[in-house]
Amino acid sequence: MRVAVQSQPFDVGAEVSAFTSGVRGAGAVVSFTGLVRDEGGTLSAMEIEHYPGMTEKAISAIAEEAVGRWSLADALVIHRFGKLGPGEAIMMVATAAPHRGDAFAAAEYLMDYLKSRAPFWKKELGAGGEAWVAAKDADEDALKRW
Amino acid sequence: MIDVLYFAWVRERIGLPRERLETGAATVAELVEELRAREERYAAAFADLASLRVALDQELSSFDAPLAGVREVAFFPPMTGG
Repeated sequence: MRVAVQSQPFDVGAEVSAFTSGVRGAGAVVSFTGLVRDEGGTLSAMEIEHYPGMTEKAISAIAEEAVGRWSLADALVIHRFGKLGPGEAIMMVATAAPHRGDAFAAAEYLMDYLKSRAPFWKKELGAGGEAWVAAKDADEDALKRW
Repeated sequence: MIDVLYFAWVRERIGLPRERLETGAATVAELVEELRAREERYAAAFADLASLRVALDQELSSFDAPLAGVREVAFFPPMTGG
C-alpha cells in the first residue's frame, strides 16, 4: 500500500504500470484519476490546501480499511496539493484484487471517503474571482452506502 | 498551552494559520466560546458551528469532546478532497 501527498504532478500511466507490475496475487487492477474541471472555460486555476500530518494519516486509515474489507492485494492513493491548472490530475487511486468486483468497489469506497474525510480544501480561481468549493450533501450521503 | 490551527476560509477569516493559546476550556465548545469572545474576526469565523469541523491531535472529533491531554486542535470547513 502506498499513500503519497505531494505538490508535484504525477504520471498516471507510469503509476498504473508500476502498480500493476508490482502486484502479486491479483486478477484485477482498477484505477481512477480525478482532474481539475475547466468549468466551461471559466476556471483559471484550483488551489488545494491540506493539513500536513493529518492528511497522510487519514488517507492511510481509509486505505487500510479498504485493503482489509475487500482483501486487496494492494492499494495506491496519490493526492496533490497546491496550485493546479484546468485538466491537471488532482489525484488517483488504484486497487488490486483477485476479482474485478472487489477492485471496483474498493476504488469507489476510497473515492467516497477521500471526498469527505481527507483534509483537503479546494478553492477555485477564475475570471469572477475566487471561491472555496463547498462540500456537497451528496458526498456525505455517499458514505452511508458503505 | 495548546496549538490551534485554522484551514481554508476559517484561516482567512481569522487571518492566521495557527496560534499557541493558554486556555482553561474543558471541551472544544468551551474553547470556541473563548475564541468567539476575543475579537469580531473570531466571532465571524465561529458564527455557525454546523459549517465547521474539528480535529483533535489530527483525528476528526466533535465539539463536545474534552480537551484534556490534547496538544493540537484544528478548525476547518467540511473537507473537499478527491
